[in-house]
Amino acid sequence: MHMADALISPAVGGTMWAATAGLTIYSARKLKQEIDDSKVPLMGVLGAFVFAAQMINFTIPATGSSGHLGGGMILSILLGPHAAFLVMASILTVQALFFADGGLLALGCNIFNLGFFPCFVAYPLIYRKIVGETPTQSRILAGAMVSAVLGLQMGAFGVVLETLFSGVTELPFGTFVLLMQPIHLAIGIVEGLATALVVIFVWKARPEIVEMAGPSPALAAGSLRKVLVGFLLLAVITGGALSWFASTHPDGLEWSMFRTSGKEELEAPEHGVHSSLAEFQKKTAFLPDYDFKKDRAEKESNTEPKQEAAKSSPAEQWPAVSAGTSVAGIVGAGITMAVAGIIGFGLKRRQQNKS
Amino acid sequence: MATPDASAFDISYLDIISSRETSIHRLDPRAKLLTTLAFVVAVVSFDKYAVAGLVPFVIYPVVVIALADLPLGYLLKKVLLAAPFAFFIGVFNPFYDREILARLGPIAVSGGWLSFASIMIRFFLTVTAALLLISTTGLNGVCLALEKLGAPRAFVVQLLFLYRYLFVLGDEATRLTRARSLRSFGGRGMGIGVFGSLVGQLLLRTLDRARRIHLAMLCRGFDGEVRLLRPLRFAGMDLAYTLGWSALFLVMRLYDIPQRLGTVIMELLR
Repeated sequence: MHMADALISPAVGGTMWAATAGLTIYSARKLKQEIDDSKVPLMGVLGAFVFAAQMINFTIPATGSSGHLGGGMILSILLGPHAAFLVMASILTVQALFFADGGLLALGCNIFNLGFFPCFVAYPLIYRKIVGETPTQSRILAGAMVSAVLGLQMGAFGVVLETLFSGVTELPFGTFVLLMQPIHLAIGIVEGLATALVVIFVWKARPEIVEMAGPSPALAAGSLRKVLVGFLLLAVITGGALSWFASTHPDGLEWSMFRTSGKEELEAPEHGVHSSLAEFQKKTAFLPDYDFKKDRAEKESNTEPKQEAAKSSPAEQWPAVSAGTSVAGIVGAGITMAVAGIIGFGLKRRQQNKS
Repeated sequence: MATPDASAFDISYLDIISSRETSIHRLDPRAKLLTTLAFVVAVVSFDKYAVAGLVPFVIYPVVVIALADLPLGYLLKKVLLAAPFAFFIGVFNPFYDREILARLGPIAVSGGWLSFASIMIRFFLTVTAALLLISTTGLNGVCLALEKLGAPRAFVVQLLFLYRYLFVLGDEATRLTRARSLRSFGGRGMGIGVFGSLVGQLLLRTLDRARRIHLAMLCRGFDGEVRLLRPLRFAGMDLAYTLGWSALFLVMRLYDIPQRLGTVIMELLR
């Protein structure tokens, strides 16, 4: 469920970084207001606990697979949303750095998907509502299950949107949603059950721990609304600014190539792709006006001329149109690789000679 | 995270190689963090069909691995372990994008295959960059850099604590799973019921540990503020490293070097 750097565009990655940075600063500030300094070590150690708990698997009957604890929900229950968000952020940072789960640019997306939704949406709006002031076993079970499932569904939907807005994959919206949501429904049920069992165990042994986080006054409806509005504004502003940057900068390059190549040799190959795609879209798209159409229109209007222009710009001096440029690309890439290899090898030798 | 032993080993191994003494390891963490970010952004900002243009970026991992004397095989293995997600999302591209964008003699290459190749190259480059950062800087270095660059103190302290206790609790979890599997016959007791109490116990112990740590910190004068006292010096070398690489990334982003090189060579050959 971790997004990878390879699948996102700088605009999406940057927007989500900004959103996550904003949430981190907000959470850190809120935490400072609480001035309960016993939370400082507690948070760090609980973060390590989530890692450790994920090493412990259990078998799921009749499937042959195994499940483990998810992080966001149990942390929110034990620490409250702000601290839990910070802990999730640090967990995902360690995962990105050490396990190559996701990546550095995708870190913002990952923290948002796996931290924001469970901590700031599922916990206050679902878990707290179900469990209420006086927890009982069945309430904790229901609350943890429902909030874990819905939190993960929102996270998975976030992955879908971020991937589609990045435009690196060709997966249509409908297909991608149908791919992601059911898988994460299954994962969510398993995680919810695991979370519920652990919380119930702790609640029975030491009820004060589960009640400690309690109904937090800091997250009353009003303040939450403020957070959401502020966050939305932030996202819109950075998203707007970044996509403007993105559209003037890298695309500007291609635009200039397009201009310098002079003419539009639009040998757009019509293999009936569009008609069949359109039909496919009707069948699959939930929100037909949403992304796929835009993507398609974009492809028709931008990508083709751009690509053709890019490919055909050297073609003017060179008769064997795209075959030649592709071969040249491969030859050049091979040479570049070889040069890189030689540099690395040389440096290594020098290093060894020195020591 | 396949087996507990393997992942615990992984972290401590990365920790060991991050504390070596080479010219790269000695650089200021901020220089390495910023360079890594510049690299990732440059790689990701390419057009989705870019393949050849991405190749020159290999120079960065190659040079860093050589200068920092990192184990190549180990890093490659880690990169491959992380590959599935990008692969499974990317592999759909050839099915959905069938427009012919390039020709190799008689073979027509569709846009889908190009963008799939592009995704895999990007994946390889970005994941390697993250691994290089951690294996030349170490988590403590990254935390310091984050703090100096303005990340919230609470978050950085968080990260340091988490990292410190990762090893302790990882060992504890390993012992718990080992004890459970030694007592399990025919898969009994591996289900979710035992899991609940097992992890619950671990959680209770963790909470007690956190309380002890807090008391110990109070004894040493903790007042709610964690101070990081490690001086960093951003010297000329660090500036040169950051700017040099960033300039190179910019050049490689703006000029398709392999394409030009290849064209020149082909011209010479005919």
